[in-house]
Amino acid sequence: MSVRRLAEDQFQPATFAFNAENTAFEAATIAKYPEGRQQSAVIPLLMRAQEQDGWVTKATIEYVAEKLTMPYIRVLEVATFYTQFQLKPVGTRAHIQVCGTTPCMLRGSDELIKVCQHKIHHDPFHTNAEGTLSWEEVECQGACVNAPMVIIFKDAYEDLTPERLEQIIDEFEAGKGADVPVGPQNGRHLSAPIGGALTLLDDIKPVRTNLDPKPEPAAEAVSVPPADAGHPKDTAPETDKSLKTPVTAPAASAANAKEAEKGESTTTTTSTKPAAKRGSKAEGAPAAEGAVAGEDKPKRTRKAKPEGEA
Amino acid sequence: MLKDQDRIFTNIYGLKDKSLKGAMSRGHWDGTKQILDNGRDWIINEMKASGLRGRGGAGFPTGLKWSFMPKESDGRPHYLVVNADESEPGTCKDREIMRNDPHTLIEGCVIAGCAMGAHTAYIYVRGEYMREREALQAAIDECYDAGLLGKNNKNGWDFDIYVHHGAGAYICGEETALLESLEGKKGQPRLKPPFPANMGLYGCPTTVNNVESIAVAPTILRRGATWFSSLGRPNNVGTKLFMISGHVNKPCTVEEEMGITFRELVDKHAGGIRGGWDNLLAVIPGGASCPIVPAKDIIDCQMDFDGLRAVGSSFGTAGAIVMDKSTDVIRAIARISAFFKHESCGQCTPCREGTGWMWRVLERMVKGNAQKREIDMLFQVTKQIEGHTICALGDAAAWPVQGLIRHFRPEIEARIDQYTYRSTSEGAVLEAAE
Repeated sequence: MSVRRLAEDQFQPATFAFNAENTAFEAATIAKYPEGRQQSAVIPLLMRAQEQDGWVTKATIEYVAEKLTMPYIRVLEVATFYTQFQLKPVGTRAHIQVCGTTPCMLRGSDELIKVCQHKIHHDPFHTNAEGTLSWEEVECQGACVNAPMVIIFKDAYEDLTPERLEQIIDEFEAGKGADVPVGPQNGRHLSAPIGGALTLLDDIKPVRTNLDPKPEPAAEAVSVPPADAGHPKDTAPETDKSLKTPVTAPAASAANAKEAEKGESTTTTTSTKPAAKRGSKAEGAPAAEGAVAGEDKPKRTRKAKPEGEA
Repeated sequence: MLKDQDRIFTNIYGLKDKSLKGAMSRGHWDGTKQILDNGRDWIINEMKASGLRGRGGAGFPTGLKWSFMPKESDGRPHYLVVNADESEPGTCKDREIMRNDPHTLIEGCVIAGCAMGAHTAYIYVRGEYMREREALQAAIDECYDAGLLGKNNKNGWDFDIYVHHGAGAYICGEETALLESLEGKKGQPRLKPPFPANMGLYGCPTTVNNVESIAVAPTILRRGATWFSSLGRPNNVGTKLFMISGHVNKPCTVEEEMGITFRELVDKHAGGIRGGWDNLLAVIPGGASCPIVPAKDIIDCQMDFDGLRAVGSSFGTAGAIVMDKSTDVIRAIARISAFFKHESCGQCTPCREGTGWMWRVLERMVKGNAQKREIDMLFQVTKQIEGHTICALGDAAAWPVQGLIRHFRPEIEARIDQYTYRSTSEGAVLEAAE
């Protein structure tokens, strides 16, 4: 927070009025917001007034408050809260806003501030002797990859050196500010790296895979892999997934079963020995064999009966 | 490196045609009606499945946020508010979207509006972006003329977009402060609950999204959630605009895949660190509010939400501020403290008083004119500010200072020693009491 007050009375003009173009803007802006919410237009109107007059006067605040049927204090609050509103007259030809936040500081904004102090006035918000120039240090202006930078009225001048800023200030002081090219001052193009963009060099073919034939299943096709959260951590040998079971290797299991049947029909032996044999052929863990053997037994007897009858 | 074909922002440098026709030739505004016809639930499900996390800093899943809006209107209109109040130091991506690729954002607004039952969107652009605002307004006017916006438009969903702007207040990037500002008041954050999805702009259900989150939505829906989630790693999917500023050879903004390592990002796009990798001191990886990360931790760190959390910082907006060994790191952080002191809205005491207090102590530490016990005191005060304010600005002001103390304490102590040594060898420095 910083303390911001309106300018002293001797600087304040008596009245304020929008010019014709801005009156049209005013009506269009108020119409953007729903009925009864005209208060929303307060910042755009104050800003437009500042663009017209160079700063926000007490008369402007009163005018806007009446226009939007707001209490004066609410408009005053807005004007003093938002730091972009200039509450004192600034340079008529240029008000230089030097970004001094860390990204710009790292790239040398200190030097730019020294240039301003040297060429304009030692202190911010003071105009030079002629009243044509003034400067201030502002917080991040959102052009960090083009640091260091200054904003003069609406345009940003980026990738500056102290020498280049001196030239720019001279141009503005001579009233030829419009001739200065805006944007980066070191030849690069906007935010592309200096020396030319390294990406987006190919022509891009539009892709619309999700829309072409099947808009519906796409939502389901995106599967979220099943979570393991519900599965207990299990190290028992029976549940080792690398082991073959009738479920995972049905062919091997069927072959085993057939072989076992053959063994049963030719040699009538006790149940324990063939079980061991089957187990070795099945290449399974002992516990798994037991289960196989147990399941196989009733099948075998059922099958054996019709064979015997035949 | 991400293939050009997989980039969502096809004209981020403004080298190609910016007009509606140019945007359409690159695949924007293609099948928008078809997307809208699939219905609200389809859009939200697809967005959820894509795994897109909000690009404004907090990383909240976008699809989930959209689903919080009431399904049936109770008579109040619904609003979509786009947060283009990009003020985090180190961040300048929305600027490029608005001035060079505005149709991604406008189309995204229509789709997001349909998904949350809103017929009106307000785009809140920061006051300093005047040219960007003009470019965006021009693109919107073009869409009205082409019948893509307004009543009875070609997309079958009545939709109006208004551009609003602020006047230089960082705090208006906080969603409820933004709504206050949009209502024509001082930008002071509101207490939550009620959340904006129930009581937002003008007391109506509102969703506030970052520009980039909205602008990537159309391409995600066109190419499918599977495509988007195949980039990056789980929980950190997709592409992202990275901004590399500070002491690199070629600072730039670039769209890259999430999870790219810092080394690859800087080498491929930013021309390497000034003076080589050995000259790297530290990086603030995601905009000024993220804690600083020293060189050894950041070099091979993956630039995404989880990767940076692992090194004790956060991804934020992916605006990396790079510092080489010539940097006075204490002064760099003191400047960030000055920023937060300037931008505190003054509503909560811990932040209003604390940000100024931290800044003044840090300014002394820059010179070394401090006691070593004050380092601990400073750390303790940051902990008193963090989490004790309505919005996250208090936290954001505290974290950089905590990061500095965590990683550069010896530096601060050495500075204090040096100052003490000088003051005693050259005779005691007497200062008058104020």
